[in-house]
Amino acid sequence: MELWTNGAGLSLTVVLPLVGAVIVGLTPRASESLQKVVALLTSLATLAVTVGAALVFEYGQGAGFQLGTDRPWIPGIDATYAVGIDGISLPMLALSAFITVLAIIYSWNHWDEPKNPKAFLLLILVLAAGMNGTFIALDLVLFFIFFEIVLLPMYFMIGIWGDKTPRSVPIFGITMETRLYAALKFFVFTLFGSAFMLLGFLALYFNADPQTFSIPGLIAQAPALGALPFAGWIFAGLALGFAVKVPMWPFHTWLPDAHTAAPTVGSVLLAAILLKLGSYGFIRIAIPVLPEQAKEFAPAIAVLAVIGIIYGSLACLAQTDMKRLIAFSSVGHMGFVMLGIATMTEIGINAAIIGMVAHGVITGLLFFLAGSMHHRYHTREMARLGGNLALMPKMGWILSFTAMASLGLPGLAGFWGEFMALLGAYNPLPGLDAGLFRGAMVTGAIGTVLTAGYLLWMLQKVNLGEPKAEWAGHEFHDVDRYEMTAWLPLLAFTVLLGVYPKLVFGATVPAVEALVQTAFGG
Amino acid sequence: MSRFAPLLFRLAEETGEHGDEVHHAVEAGVTSGWAVENVWIMLLLPFVAAFLIVLFGRFDEKWGHRLAVTTTVYMFLHGSWIWYLNITQGVLYEKSIVIAEIGSNWVLEWGWVVDGLSSMMYFVVGTVSMLVFFYAVGYMKGEIRYAGFFAAFSLFAGAMLVLVAAPNLAQLIVGWELVGVASYLLIGHYWEDKTNSSAGMKAFFTNKVADVGLIIGSIMLATAVGSFRISDILTAAEEHAHDLEAVAVVGAILLFFGAMGKSAQFPLHVWLPDAMAGPTPVSALMHAATMVTAGVYLLGRMFPLFEGLAGVEARQWVMWIGAATLLLTGLIALVQRDIKKVLAYSTLSQLGYMVTALGAGAYTAGLFHLFTHAFFKALLFLGAGSAIHAVHSNDMHDMGGLRKFMPRTYATFLVASLALAGIIPLAGYWSKDEILVGINAAEGLPASEFVLWVATVGAFITAFYMTRTVALTFFGQYKGHGHPHEAPAIMTWPLMILGVFSVGVGWVNIPGVYTGFTDWLAVRAHAIVEHHVEGANWIEATEWGVALPGLVAGVLGITIGVIVFGRDEGTQAERDRFRIPVLYPLLENQYYIDDFYLWLVGLIKGPLARAIDWTNSYVIDAVVNGVGVLMAGLGRIVYGGVDQRGIDFAFTAFAGAAGGSGGLLRRLQTGRVQQYAGAFVIGAVLLVIGFTLFR
Repeated sequence: MELWTNGAGLSLTVVLPLVGAVIVGLTPRASESLQKVVALLTSLATLAVTVGAALVFEYGQGAGFQLGTDRPWIPGIDATYAVGIDGISLPMLALSAFITVLAIIYSWNHWDEPKNPKAFLLLILVLAAGMNGTFIALDLVLFFIFFEIVLLPMYFMIGIWGDKTPRSVPIFGITMETRLYAALKFFVFTLFGSAFMLLGFLALYFNADPQTFSIPGLIAQAPALGALPFAGWIFAGLALGFAVKVPMWPFHTWLPDAHTAAPTVGSVLLAAILLKLGSYGFIRIAIPVLPEQAKEFAPAIAVLAVIGIIYGSLACLAQTDMKRLIAFSSVGHMGFVMLGIATMTEIGINAAIIGMVAHGVITGLLFFLAGSMHHRYHTREMARLGGNLALMPKMGWILSFTAMASLGLPGLAGFWGEFMALLGAYNPLPGLDAGLFRGAMVTGAIGTVLTAGYLLWMLQKVNLGEPKAEWAGHEFHDVDRYEMTAWLPLLAFTVLLGVYPKLVFGATVPAVEALVQTAFGG
Repeated sequence: MSRFAPLLFRLAEETGEHGDEVHHAVEAGVTSGWAVENVWIMLLLPFVAAFLIVLFGRFDEKWGHRLAVTTTVYMFLHGSWIWYLNITQGVLYEKSIVIAEIGSNWVLEWGWVVDGLSSMMYFVVGTVSMLVFFYAVGYMKGEIRYAGFFAAFSLFAGAMLVLVAAPNLAQLIVGWELVGVASYLLIGHYWEDKTNSSAGMKAFFTNKVADVGLIIGSIMLATAVGSFRISDILTAAEEHAHDLEAVAVVGAILLFFGAMGKSAQFPLHVWLPDAMAGPTPVSALMHAATMVTAGVYLLGRMFPLFEGLAGVEARQWVMWIGAATLLLTGLIALVQRDIKKVLAYSTLSQLGYMVTALGAGAYTAGLFHLFTHAFFKALLFLGAGSAIHAVHSNDMHDMGGLRKFMPRTYATFLVASLALAGIIPLAGYWSKDEILVGINAAEGLPASEFVLWVATVGAFITAFYMTRTVALTFFGQYKGHGHPHEAPAIMTWPLMILGVFSVGVGWVNIPGVYTGFTDWLAVRAHAIVEHHVEGANWIEATEWGVALPGLVAGVLGITIGVIVFGRDEGTQAERDRFRIPVLYPLLENQYYIDDFYLWLVGLIKGPLARAIDWTNSYVIDAVVNGVGVLMAGLGRIVYGGVDQRGIDFAFTAFAGAAGGSGGLLRRLQTGRVQQYAGAFVIGAVLLVIGFTLFR
């Protein structure tokens, strides 16, 4: 079918949300149902395209880019409109399209102040276009544009629909609304990283011969690029840009603030997809284009990753705000993803990808839950919650289940990413310091204990025990239909990925194999 | 979780098409047959049951026991059938279904193993589960979350079988942690009370600590061999594969560390006594008969590694830890007032025996004790539950004289106590005797003579605390409230059936007379080397030099127990007269190990976590905020020199287009646009620098 051979199909994953955004923008502000229907249909259509792509995708040839195109775009700088997917981007694209639909379903009757569904849905759709675009882009300029586009909608989501309570910035004596502080920090921090990433992109472009922004083109020139005297600096620039997005310790401090301040759907999309743009960037660009430098930096990445695991988990133990706890948990979980990547092995990178998907599904659901509970209790203070399982049994059990999944329970999605990252770390790429990586493995494994600790502790505080006196006489509405519709698919995938990880590995294994082979030889 | 069920079935068909490595059966003069080839039904049914109970339980709570009990009856039948096949012909079968292949050499699989060891476990898990589930129908009647209880109970049964059936370490870990979750759910069944939910957490958390060892050990061994398959690892161990040889000892010790969690070995034993917060059927099935034996099972499964390549260097630790557990926890049992706690510490002590035996190289003896203990300890717990049910208290100081009110409970409890005390010819005698003989025959293990003494003294302690328990509970005058009465038939029948087992199951392995159990258990792909002529594994005849002291220790324990606790007094506290200075407070506080752990956890959760949080806000974030403040200032300066209107206009235009709610957005910008613009400008400056630098 031509749809799939000329790149049109993949382009639809970007175009459809944008068209949807325009239509939503053109509707009168009052016709909220129309806006919701348009947004839902658009996102469903995008998901359908993604599913179509997954169906025509040839898994046997997971190594090469498929279903794409490469057309002239900005001749002056040799930027091309190059898109395509391989086994690595396919799961990420699917995750992105999937979570977007659920976010819109959930939004149906959950609006944070100041409501305004029109603007909010429009932002979700723009965000979706940016996220999908990042996963299909095969040209650095295109990649950069999509990568940056997502910042704006998220900035506005946090800044407008976010938490209005005042927050004081320690030491500097400034007090401002949490949402403003968080939005600004998120935006500027990420932009700061992106600047270095862009520098890296430009350095790659100018030093390539012939000059190109094409990712496959640059990968083909990897040996020459890797021989550049300042190749290490280029890698550092790329890594910094991606590391802020992941976020890796110590560039993570925007995350707890952004997550906590963001409206529910914002947190979900941020955790489920946006963080993955960073780790995806490592796998897609930084490692294959500059493999030797990646190898040099691998020990540093591994060390920062395990620091993130331990640090994030310990920070979780100190939190009193449920949503902030879940936010900090991402630092730890993404630490496992980065540990997998740092091993530079097939097993480690596969672990990273399934870890990314699993984190998207599980932490996405956790943020949905945190949002819905906040919606009902009007507080996120764990000390005030308690006995949720008695007040809202369905909500409570789903929270318990998801927390179990988040702590990496075998049989559920979160297990494979953690377990295989540790497996990869035991035997990293030949040439890497095995002793250091084994130390990282042990530290990471200890991190799983701390992870179990803070999640069980959260469950005990929030779910178990007798309900607090202040809720006596309150009628709580247990999980409603929209919530259930949005959450059931996530619950199903949590189990499915745990029992049958081939859902992801089926796509990733050949692609990762080719990536590691090309980058590091046989 | 129950969605395992239909999926695994379909997978079997799908992967069949690939044709490679799907079917992997070892022929060993053995029949396979329907029961052996279809173990998956037994593995999946409990998960299906759990799922259906969750689904239908809210309409009618009775679905809880209907589905759960039916499932366990099936498990009993299927498990017994396999065990029967193994007894009559010996079965050896392994099947693995590929779920993912990663990289060049990693394969993830689900599957099942049928051999002597797993057959025994299928039988034990099936039988004890069925009896306990029946009992639970009576015990849990009218309790809160009745259906949910049976759902979690079924989940446990399924997870336990997944663990037992595992042909590879990855699946073993899956089953291993799932039983942990079931345990967490059931210990915290009455989660309204914080004590219970904390006990559940403690169990989960302690096991998670141990699991670090299991996971790292598995990774080390599997990496050395290039496969998670237990059979591959054991083959490599037999062949003394070079890569495996390098990590065998450390890997084996790490696996054992994992086993120390599930099988509650000293000093990771602390969770098990607290786990008694769960309903008594849970304590009987999971925290006595089956789940806690998972660690012993793991040692048995990996025994050729421990026996061969890892050898004495690894096994000496197993033996010492086991010996420490059996003695130290047995002593604590002496001072417990809660009847379930007595039994919990007793379970710890008996697990210590099993582990000691495997450490000493006595494969059959250790697993034989697992086998016999499962029956009489389940019976003891169910009997205790029956008593608790009658007097509405766990405290033995509220009991006394129950013999008259509950004759069936009394008779069966007495039989099980004697079996546990190791009195000939009851079940516990034969297995404990074999363990003593096994330790005696241990070769090359440092301090094995001392361990033999410890185990013999342990037999005395066992008999002593059980006598105390029986005396305080069933003899003398009743000191509690109300009028206790015998439990209903659905609870007493399981007691009586288990009573028969407690008498007779030991007879399947009588040295020199009939050693069927030894032969049944010997059916496995990787043989256990018989390294003693008249040694631990294949005992030819009773060694009276070792057996007699063990028996005498038991009789002595009972005799002294009767002397100390036999006399009735006005209050139970006066009867409970075991008070040795220094030792007593030490035992009462469990050697202060719990306090130490609490302090440690408090340290991590309190000061350490707070320090990290503080660092986050006042160090790392201070840098970030400082840069932000600096940039904002810088931005303001640059902003002055830039066309304000231009940027402002572009921004407002974008904002208007994006939101259609300009008012809001404009409010947001107010005061922020400087920083925003500043950020952009700095970005642009950096770009220009970049262009010029790399041009």
